[in-house]
Amino acid sequence: MELLEAIVDGMNYWIFIILMMIGLYAMITKNNLVKKLIGMSIFQTAILLFYISLGVKEGATIPILPHYYAHTSQEEQGNLVGSSDQAHAGKEASSATEGGKEKPSVAHAGSPKIDPNRFTNPLPHVLMLTAIVVGVSTLGVALSITQKLYTEFGTIEENEILDQLKSGDD
Amino acid sequence: MIDQAPAIVLLAPFLTAVLVVLVGMKYERACFPLVVLGLCCSAAAAVQTLLQVIEAGTLRYSMGGWPPPFGIEFRIDGLNALVALTVSTVALISAVYSKNRVPEENGDKISIYYTLLLLVVTWLLGMVMTGDAFNLYVLLEVSALTSYALIAMGTRRATVAAFKYAIMGTIGASFYLLGVGYLYIKTGSLNMFDIHEVLVAENLHQSTTVLVAFILITVGVWIKMAFFPLHAWLPNSYAFAPTTTSCLLGPLVTKVMVYVMIRMMLTVFDPLYTYLQLNWGNIVVWMAVIAILAGSLAALAQTDLRRMLAFLIVAEVGYMVGGVWLANTAGLVGAIYHLIADVFMTLCVFLFAGIVFAKTGKRDITATHGLFAKMPLTMAGLVVGALSLIGIPPTAGFFSKWYLIQGGMAAGHWGYVTALLISSLAMAVLFFRVFEYAFFGVKPAEGHGDHHPSGKGKFSEASASMLLPLLGTASLVLLIGIFNQSIVSIITDFVGQFNLTGSIMR
Amino acid sequence: MKALGLIAVLGTGLLLLAASRDFPNWGDPSSPASSYRLSRHFITQTINETAVPNMVTAVLADYRGYDTLFEAVVIFTAGIAVIGILRRYGNRDFIPAGGEVHLTPKQPDLIVESTVRLLIPVIQIFALYVIAHGHHSPGGGFQGGVIFGASFILLALARDLRTAQNWVAEKRMLILACCGILIYAGIGVLCQLLGENFLDYQILHRILPTDPVMARYHSILGVEIGVAFTVTAIMFSIYSNLSSNGQMKEGI
Repeated sequence: MELLEAIVDGMNYWIFIILMMIGLYAMITKNNLVKKLIGMSIFQTAILLFYISLGVKEGATIPILPHYYAHTSQEEQGNLVGSSDQAHAGKEASSATEGGKEKPSVAHAGSPKIDPNRFTNPLPHVLMLTAIVVGVSTLGVALSITQKLYTEFGTIEENEILDQLKSGDD
Repeated sequence: MIDQAPAIVLLAPFLTAVLVVLVGMKYERACFPLVVLGLCCSAAAAVQTLLQVIEAGTLRYSMGGWPPPFGIEFRIDGLNALVALTVSTVALISAVYSKNRVPEENGDKISIYYTLLLLVVTWLLGMVMTGDAFNLYVLLEVSALTSYALIAMGTRRATVAAFKYAIMGTIGASFYLLGVGYLYIKTGSLNMFDIHEVLVAENLHQSTTVLVAFILITVGVWIKMAFFPLHAWLPNSYAFAPTTTSCLLGPLVTKVMVYVMIRMMLTVFDPLYTYLQLNWGNIVVWMAVIAILAGSLAALAQTDLRRMLAFLIVAEVGYMVGGVWLANTAGLVGAIYHLIADVFMTLCVFLFAGIVFAKTGKRDITATHGLFAKMPLTMAGLVVGALSLIGIPPTAGFFSKWYLIQGGMAAGHWGYVTALLISSLAMAVLFFRVFEYAFFGVKPAEGHGDHHPSGKGKFSEASASMLLPLLGTASLVLLIGIFNQSIVSIITDFVGQFNLTGSIMR
Repeated sequence: MKALGLIAVLGTGLLLLAASRDFPNWGDPSSPASSYRLSRHFITQTINETAVPNMVTAVLADYRGYDTLFEAVVIFTAGIAVIGILRRYGNRDFIPAGGEVHLTPKQPDLIVESTVRLLIPVIQIFALYVIAHGHHSPGGGFQGGVIFGASFILLALARDLRTAQNWVAEKRMLILACCGILIYAGIGVLCQLLGENFLDYQILHRILPTDPVMARYHSILGVEIGVAFTVTAIMFSIYSNLSSNGQMKEGI
C-alpha cells in the first residue's frame, strides 16, 4: 500500500523512469540498429518529460502574459522614457556588483504587478526546446550513419555487420 | 576589444565555419587558408585570455550582458584558460596538418569536412569556457554529434565505430542531462557557481537527490571520456577515422571531458563533498589502476599502429582520473598538468601515425620499417613524443608523471604508483618495438640486407604541411617539460583556492 | 549482452527511483525549481526588461540567447553532418551493398496534387505567423521553421524530390542556412562592435530608433527569423539526403 501511495504521489517521476528504462534497454540490447535508435528517441523523450514535469505548478497557467499585462506594460514603457532608462541603469548597476539580486526596476512606479504563482516556470520549457532540437539533430545524424551502414554492408543487423567485418579484412 | 577576448576565442572558429561553407561552394582552395586564419585568431585570443587571467585573476564574461544566474556567463580561471589555449593550439596544428590529407581522403567534401572540423573545435572550446551546466550539455552532445560525422567520413569500419560511439555518446550525454535535472530540481539554478552556492547554503549535500545527480553526472562524463569499462566506443573510432579526425579528436575529446569532470567535482559539487563526504577516492583510484593496466596491456596486444595509440589514450585517461581522485594537491596538479602535457604527446604520436599511413598506405606497426633512414626528422618527432609518453626527462611526460607519483605517495596509494610504473614500462616496450622496426627493419632473420636499410632508400620525408606540425608539437612537448614551473604555478593557483591539504583525505 | 543490459537498466532505474522520494510533489509551487529567484525573476521581470509577453521566447532568445545560438548551430551542424556522411557527388553509378532500392515511378495523382497545391500555401503562411507571433503566443523560430520545412517535405512526398529540388536547390538551401546563422551571430557581433558583450541586444538602441528595452524586443524577432531560416533549410536538406540516400536524384 505504501508503495502504491509512493507511485501515485510521484507518478510523473515513475513514468519518466519507466520510459527511460525501456529506451535504455532497447539501446543496449537490440540487435537492429534502427530499433536502437528508436530506443534512443524514447530515452530522450523520457528526459523531456522529466524536465517538463518540473515546471508544473498547481494553479498556474502557461508562461505567457495575458494581453492585459502586456498592454499596460508597453504603454508604461512608451510613456515613461525615464523609466526604461532607469531600468537600464539598474541593470548596469546590478551586473557591476555581484549580480543576481532582484533588479531595482521591480519597484519602479506603474510596472504591472505580476504574481509569480500565477505562471509556470518558463525555464524548463526553454531547456527542453533546446534538448528537443539537440535530440532531433542526433537522431538525424545517427539515421544517416545507419543508412551509410546499409549501403556499405547491405544489412542493419548488428551481428551481421560484425560478422562481415570479421570475415573480410578492410 | 581586449575584454572581448573570451568571446573571440569561440567566435573566431565558429564564424569561420559558416564562411567556409559559403566560400567553399565556389572556391574550394580558399577553405584551407580560411581555416588556418580562423584558428590563428582563436589561438591568439586564447593567449590573450590566459595573460589576462594570470594578471587579473578570474575573468567573467556575461553573454547578453545578463548577470548570472539569469544569463549564461563565462567564468574563466587558470584552468579554463590553460585548457582553452591547449585546445585551440591543437586545433591549429591539426588544421595545418590536414592540408594534403583532406583532399586525399575526402576530396569531394573538402568544405564540408573543414566546416565540421571548425565546429567541433568551437564546441570543445565552448565546453571549456562555459559556466552554465545546461549549456555544457548542449555542447557535450553537439561536439559528440560532430565527431560522429567526422569519424563516419572514414572507412566502413569507421562508420560502424561511429554508430557505436553515437549510441554510447548519447547515453553518456543523457545521463549528464539527467544529473543536471536532478540538481535543478533541488537548487532551481543552472549556473555552476550558483548551484554550488545553493548547495552549500541550503546544506543540500546530505540529500539523496544530490548524490544521485553526482553519480549520474560522473558516469555520464566517464562514458564520454572512455574511462576503462566504458571505453568500448573509443579504439575503433579513432583507429579508422580519417587521419586528421583522429589527430584532432584523439588528443582532445577525452581530455576536455577530464576537464569537465574536474570542473564538476570541484566547482559544482564541493571538494569537501566529493572527497570527504563521499569518500570514494579509494575505489575510484583502484578503478583507475585497472584502467591504466588494461589500457596498457591492450595496447601491447595491438598490431595496428593507431589502434595501439587509441588504447594508450584509455590508459592515459586512467592516469588523470586516478590523479584527480587521489584528493591531494600534488595529485590534482599532476592530473591537470598531465592533461595538458598528454594532449601534446598524444597529438605527436597520432601525427606520426598519420604520416606513416600517408606515406605507406599501411596501418600496421611494421609499416614503420626502415623509417629512421628514410625520414629522420619524422622519427625525431616520434622519439620525443614516445619518450614523453614513457616519461623520460626533460619531456613533459616525465614531470607530469612525477607529480602524479608524488600525489600517489602522499595519498599512500601504492597500487596507483605501481600501476603508473608498470604502464610506463609497457609504453617503453611498445615504443621500442616501433623504434626497432624503424631502425633495423622488420625481419632481420630473413633478409640480412635489412640491417642497413639506409643503403636502400634515399631521404623521403613527408611533405612540409605534415612534417612541420609534427616537429612543432615535438618542440612544444619539450617546451612544456622545460618550462613546467610556470604552467604548474598557474595550476597551483587554481588548485590552491580549494584548500586541499594532505589531511583532507586521510 | 541481454543480461548485462538488463542489469544496467535496472541499476539506473533504481538509482533514479531512489531519489524520487526526495523530490517535491507534483505541481508544488514552493518546490525549489519554482520558487528560486531564477524562475521568479523570469516571471516577474521579463516584461519590464524585454517587453516580450511570452516568457519562454524571452528567456530562450535573450536571457539564454547564447544557448539558443548554439541550438540553431546544432541544427546547422546536423545538416552539414548528414551531407558529410551521406552525400555522394557526381553521376557515377554507385551500387550499394544492400542493392539499389527501386521504386515504381510515381503516377501523377489528381487528388493528392490538388490537395497539396491547396495545403502548401496555407502551411507556409501559418509558419510565417508562428515565427512572427512568437512574442505573444507559443511559437518562434524553431517551431515556425520546422513547419515551413515541412511544407517542402510535403511537396517532395507528394510529387517527387526533383520537383521540390526545382524549388529549392541544394546549394540554395545551404546558403539559406548559413544566412540564418549569420543573421543570429551577426546581431551578436554587432552588439560587440557597439561596445557591449556578445548578444547584449539593448545596446542596439543606438542604431534602432527605440529605447533599450524595445531594442531587445526587436532583436529577439531578428534572431527568431535567423533561426527560422536555418531550421527551414536544414530540415529539408536532411530529409532530401536521407530519402535519396545522398544522391539527390529520386527520393521516396
